[in-house]
Amino acid sequence: MKNVWVVATNTFREAVRDRVLYNLVFFALLMMGAAILVGQISIGIEQSVIVSLGLTAISVIGIFIAVFIGVGLVSKEMDKRTLYALLAKPVERWQFLLGKFAGLVVTLTVNTAAMTVGLYLALSMVKHPLTRSDWYLVVAVYLILLKLALIVALAMLFSCFTSPFLAILFTVGLYIAGLFAQELRTMRAVTIAPSTMRMFRGISYLLPNFENFNVMGAVAHGRGVPGMLVLQNTGYAVLYGAMVMALAAMIFSRKNLK
Amino acid sequence: MPGAAIEIEKLSKEYPYGFLHLKKKRSLEDLSMQVQSDEVFGFLGPNGAGKSTTIKLLMRLIFPSSGTARILGKSIEDVSMHQDIGYLPEQPYFYDYLTATELLEYFARFHKLSETDRHERVQKMLKKVGLETAKKIQLRKYSKGMLQRVGLAQAILHDPQVVVLDEPMSGLDPLGRREVRDIILELKKEGRTVLFSTHILSDAEMLCDRVGVIVGGKLRGVGTPGEMVGMESQGMEVFFELHGSGQAFPLLSRATNTGERYRVEVAEAELYAALDELKSAGARILSVTQLKPTLEEFFMNLVDADRAQANAVDVSGK
Repeated sequence: MKNVWVVATNTFREAVRDRVLYNLVFFALLMMGAAILVGQISIGIEQSVIVSLGLTAISVIGIFIAVFIGVGLVSKEMDKRTLYALLAKPVERWQFLLGKFAGLVVTLTVNTAAMTVGLYLALSMVKHPLTRSDWYLVVAVYLILLKLALIVALAMLFSCFTSPFLAILFTVGLYIAGLFAQELRTMRAVTIAPSTMRMFRGISYLLPNFENFNVMGAVAHGRGVPGMLVLQNTGYAVLYGAMVMALAAMIFSRKNLK
Repeated sequence: MPGAAIEIEKLSKEYPYGFLHLKKKRSLEDLSMQVQSDEVFGFLGPNGAGKSTTIKLLMRLIFPSSGTARILGKSIEDVSMHQDIGYLPEQPYFYDYLTATELLEYFARFHKLSETDRHERVQKMLKKVGLETAKKIQLRKYSKGMLQRVGLAQAILHDPQVVVLDEPMSGLDPLGRREVRDIILELKKEGRTVLFSTHILSDAEMLCDRVGVIVGGKLRGVGTPGEMVGMESQGMEVFFELHGSGQAFPLLSRATNTGERYRVEVAEAELYAALDELKSAGARILSVTQLKPTLEEFFMNLVDADRAQANAVDVSGK
């Protein structure tokens, strides 16, 4: 695991030096603007507006980073041939892949943690003092992080066998499809043949169920998130992520570099 | 360490191409050869001959279509083999957001080195490749030659037994090439095995115990540079000086000159007669040298033969 950690720390360093964390400035400005504006125009719903806006921004910014940097993690190394010298060291290809994944997840965690602090600051500007229900935000952020980790894994999988452009398209496409996995599973329509329904249901179980990780609505209205849901989602993300990464490692371990 | 450091057996590589990847292009064909321990082995061939393909196969950057290879007795599939191997890729490119020190520290962490040892070696290598003053500059500001030096430093950083260098002189100025040559000779002196690819034949002649020539994906010969080109003399070269217009003599009509200095080629059997002729004409003999074919001529003959064969196949195909 030492090799994985060495690659991960370097990936984090790359993200920092490539100014990935600069998005925090945008987030800070958004939150400050929202806090000032919401305080003036909303009466009684400041908290839910700020929380919804903040969590959506955390999620969207995170998805951008996960998709675009996730795809580049492997493809950039192959294009620039920085991988050549590295793979000639005593490093297994799966260790490189896992290290890159871990490095970006650490970057996303730091980024998300900083944005969460910003969100709490904005919240404290419109609401004094913070109450116990405000801490449900952390649970929502944790679930967003799980979702982002899964997106990174998918982006890396696609970048192992296709061009960066197609990998971005596939990742975004699968993310959007994953948002509707639940609907696909429970769909009832009289106009669709039972065999087609069964096929849809089968596909829905293969798709990553991203809607599972969305508890923004509940948290924005101060409702708690059941512990069991958090546990199930954690297990789901770990299992699904592990399968995606294992498939990526299998493809990458036999890939001929240019 | 006695025996072969690198053993290659019937290594072939085919690349699929075409819309459905149904066609295959063979870039390496049944390559078998050995590089002995402690020797400097030059891998020669024109661009696209299969030199880099062979090296990439050895470094498991690409996978063979058939055949096997072992380095230091271990299969190339065995990652642990890389503990004792150093590799410099062709036209190396590294993480440009790192400084040379950071890059070497990063690579050193994959080897079994203590922290103190790691720091010491990094500093030593930076000094060895002449980058001590630029060690804190990000690699994005480095020239091609400087990157080549960093590449060389990371290849020998962990004191490997076998060093594989893909075109190590490419992109270097004369001074840089001299330094790389010195490093290769130093590695040889320390008893390391060095395999390097090049198309600069003078470097191979100067450094290699043995060379292998590859053209069109096929190994055309392995031996010492002398063996490869043969020791047979191609004649004698005589330099002489002749003052004034003097009297014309037969040898003078065959000579070329720069001012009063002349050069003429004669057969080995005619040498003494030619020297007598020059003496009686009042010429001063400056030097007499045996003419031998160079590695370059041998190499060019192979390339020409390969091209002629390829053209013949094209024509018969039409």
